[in-house]
Amino acid sequence: MIRPHESVIVQALGYFIIPMVQIFGLYVLFFGQYGPGGGFVGGVILGTGMILSVLIFGHDASQSQIIKKVLHCDGVGLLIYAGVGGLCMIGGGEFLNYTNLEIPGLETASRRSLGIVLTQIGVAVDVAVTAVSIVFSLSAEEIIEDSING
Amino acid sequence: MIFSYEIPLLLLLLITAAGAILVKDLISAVLLLGSYSFFLALVWAGLGAVDVAFVEAVVGAGLGTVLFLLTLFGTAPKDTRLRRPPPSALTLIIFPLLGVLLLYAANDLPEFGDPNSPASVHISPTYLEQSYQDTLTPNVVTSVLMDYRSLDTMVETVVIFASGIACALLLRRHS
Repeated sequence: MIRPHESVIVQALGYFIIPMVQIFGLYVLFFGQYGPGGGFVGGVILGTGMILSVLIFGHDASQSQIIKKVLHCDGVGLLIYAGVGGLCMIGGGEFLNYTNLEIPGLETASRRSLGIVLTQIGVAVDVAVTAVSIVFSLSAEEIIEDSING
Repeated sequence: MIFSYEIPLLLLLLITAAGAILVKDLISAVLLLGSYSFFLALVWAGLGAVDVAFVEAVVGAGLGTVLFLLTLFGTAPKDTRLRRPPPSALTLIIFPLLGVLLLYAANDLPEFGDPNSPASVHISPTYLEQSYQDTLTPNVVTSVLMDYRSLDTMVETVVIFASGIACALLLRRHS
């Protein structure tokens, strides 16, 4: 159980920093095709922003209720990734061969570019949800009670 | 080839790694490990592996430190101080020998940036030449990870998913 931080400075900085971190995570995620970054790093930064929100505002704040809803997405990222592979098979090719994505009006190279974007979103969702899930597992109330009771 | 600005970075790496092992307080060890990851990220950025440096900075210095600290705060405070026995004489003999052996073996490694090294003559020239025409992706690392080696990345995603599930199963005991 994480309680909200008492300091006004930390809370005010949290209101300022957390949106910046989330926007930077999205930037890293979608800029991964043109520079350093990508799905894994973008997902970790998005997850870290949510963890920071939990650490600053505590488990019971309204932001944390939204983040707890994020936990229901566990496995959705993997589903997106494998679903892109399945769409490639439906298009008549091998698993995860993005040239077989059946989207009219796109060149072969553009299809592969689109496949890279979709799978990166899948990796980012998976990593972000896993990071938040591990933090919620570690800070669950039961562990602290267990360690006190022996 | 070792660049001059890397020597202080490597020294800092050695100091922080030794400090993380030798320090008595576990919280100090966690913070030293975070600074170790940060210096390692700087070394990788200096060598040109910016993607790896990014991952190391974000995961090693950011997320890993938070997870270690949460684990420490989840355990009782009496657990955070360590008492270590001094290393045995056998350890003091074997590990320097191992280090000398590894340094001897490192002589046979190709030079940094050698165009004729085995790693850069097999298939990476194909990736470097074809990546933009094939996938419209200027960052070759992303196109290799997500397109040419996509199945590997999918199984890595499965590993991350499985680790989250395992943590939830082990740590959340509601009964």
